[in-house]
Amino acid sequence: MEMKVPTMAECIANGEVPEILFWVGCAGSFDDRAKKITKAIVKILNKAEVKFAVLGTEESCTGDPAKRAGNEFLFQMQAFTNIQVLNGYEVKKIVTGCPHCFNTLKNEYPDLGGNYEVIHHTQLIQQLIDSGKLKVEGGTFKGKKITFHDPCYLGRANNEYEAPRSVIEKLDSELTEMKRSRANGLCCGAGGAQMFKEAEHGDKEVNVERAEEALALNPNVIATGCPFCMTMMTDGVKHFNKEAEVKVYDVAELIASAQDL
Amino acid sequence: MGISNIIFIVLFIGAFVLFGLRIKTIVRNIKLGRDQDRSDNFAERLKLMSLVAIGQSKMVVRPVAGIMHIFIYIGFVIMNIELLEIVIDGVAGTHRIFAFLGGFYNFVIGTFEFLGMGVLIACIVFLVRRNILKLKRFWSAEMTSWPRSDANLILTIEILLMTAFFTMNATDQVLQSRGVEHYIQAGSYPFSQYYAALFTGLSNETLIMLERAVWWFHICGILFFLNYVPYSKHFHILLAFPNVFYSNLNPKGKFSNMESVTNEVKLMFDPSATPPPADAAPVKFGAKDVTDLSWVQLMNAYSCTECGRCTSNCPANITGKKLSPRKIMMDTRDRLEEYGKNLDKNTPDTKSLLHDYITPEELWACTSCNACVEACPVNIDPLSIIVDLRRNLVMEESNAPAALAGMFTNVENNGAPWQFAQADRLNWANEA
Repeated sequence: MEMKVPTMAECIANGEVPEILFWVGCAGSFDDRAKKITKAIVKILNKAEVKFAVLGTEESCTGDPAKRAGNEFLFQMQAFTNIQVLNGYEVKKIVTGCPHCFNTLKNEYPDLGGNYEVIHHTQLIQQLIDSGKLKVEGGTFKGKKITFHDPCYLGRANNEYEAPRSVIEKLDSELTEMKRSRANGLCCGAGGAQMFKEAEHGDKEVNVERAEEALALNPNVIATGCPFCMTMMTDGVKHFNKEAEVKVYDVAELIASAQDL
Repeated sequence: MGISNIIFIVLFIGAFVLFGLRIKTIVRNIKLGRDQDRSDNFAERLKLMSLVAIGQSKMVVRPVAGIMHIFIYIGFVIMNIELLEIVIDGVAGTHRIFAFLGGFYNFVIGTFEFLGMGVLIACIVFLVRRNILKLKRFWSAEMTSWPRSDANLILTIEILLMTAFFTMNATDQVLQSRGVEHYIQAGSYPFSQYYAALFTGLSNETLIMLERAVWWFHICGILFFLNYVPYSKHFHILLAFPNVFYSNLNPKGKFSNMESVTNEVKLMFDPSATPPPADAAPVKFGAKDVTDLSWVQLMNAYSCTECGRCTSNCPANITGKKLSPRKIMMDTRDRLEEYGKNLDKNTPDTKSLLHDYITPEELWACTSCNACVEACPVNIDPLSIIVDLRRNLVMEESNAPAALAGMFTNVENNGAPWQFAQADRLNWANEA
């Protein structure tokens, strides 16, 4: 199926008002693995006939990694620039492909003049399924053992534990939980700008610790909802040479692939 | 009024005056922090406090420690009612003044014995966990000799107080049964009735001496404990309640917005905006010392009882990095104490929380995952302190790890943390 990816600028030129803006994020735009997640989200939006648009080249980093690293100046510069663009297009609703963008846009932009209804893509998928706009059947993942790794900025940071799980359950798969899950979930090691630096000296990498825990369940799939968790968990699985047996997928990819999108 | 009553009154008032002075110092220290408005949502805060502090909802996440802690907590709160009788008896020279309540009195004293047994068992279990099972979180790097002794001392004092309580009841029973003057028949003693058998061989005089001795030991122990607590990690028994009441109600992912920065950024975006007056005090970005933190963060530090649940859930700490959220809180408290003492003595103070207590290596190990915040049974927020210190490192000292400085440059120039051109941002849409 060919992807339709309208930009906000095109929509306005055609006199259309999209109902939702898809905030792709830096990883979703540039990281080869995360781009596959982005495409899966687009395929789902196309399939469910959601009128959406992306900012395209007008999108810029939300400033999340700068803020977590202590560079509030840079964060607010990014925030003000993005808010000007978003408010210029009179954006009301945003779906993000990344929990970090989700958290920043939802919680930190309002104080700076950016007020939008912001949802994470797993929440949108759940809404589309619940409202009947998206039909999901087990497909390729029927009976497969899937464990979900909670992204910190979706889970603890914003108390969303159920949306990704309820979507996974629609696949008729066996959802199995790690000991540290939901509010007690263990970070993948990428948050707080760790993604962009070497870890401090220690005796283990955080993603290895987490992958070990996930692999102990002997799952077919480790699912997540964050491009950074994706990188960390994929590397963690490779660390144990298990990449042939255990696949790491975003929830959006599970749905898109189960539907043969 | 006898000499013993006067001694009692003097001891009692003295203990409370000392306690009051210490509280005054702690309140002064907490107020050294920056303003932070947490006066909103009274009803929601009250509900949170009822659930988390009074209801101990986050304690039971770890069932063994949680239930044992509830034994001690309930025992401590309810048994303190007996303090009322002890005080009246001490002042007036009476004995078991509430005995006239009859059946109800018996019920209350009997209940106290059950609660006391709960406290005794829990304290012993806790000592075993700390010193024999050596649970990892009680032996990590920041648990040096004083924090370990502090915990053991508290548990030992509580065991001694409970032993005194049971001995008091046991000797009293023997005296009651012998019809000794002053010792009226009162109370029910589900546990100490067995313990009493130990004392039946003693003479009335010895028993009275023993009963008085443990009575005095018990009340003096309580007064000592009252004055030990505010110098100890054990101060959480008081601060847990306001600490939860004033805790953060926003989603945990929302980091504070720095208004000082907003003002500067607005000036850059809008040249017509009014700049601050030239004589305005220079703004300091982030926190270098305890006085740059908010009063809530400083109260957090005094509320910490060093249980280490934060540290045992911290991904950085679990994988052997130097960061320990508990150490962040202990350092903040210790530095604040030091700062306060220097202030009182008017001695020059050259140290700061950042560098002298907390190193950049610890701060840069944080993944901002909020596991520590989630784990804290009294809603302490170590992450907010870590971020405030990082802000100082970056915005005041330009002291970020090289890789992060590179990331900043990329975000600034390309609008992405990596070196990709913003013009290529939509290329994915045309890739198969």
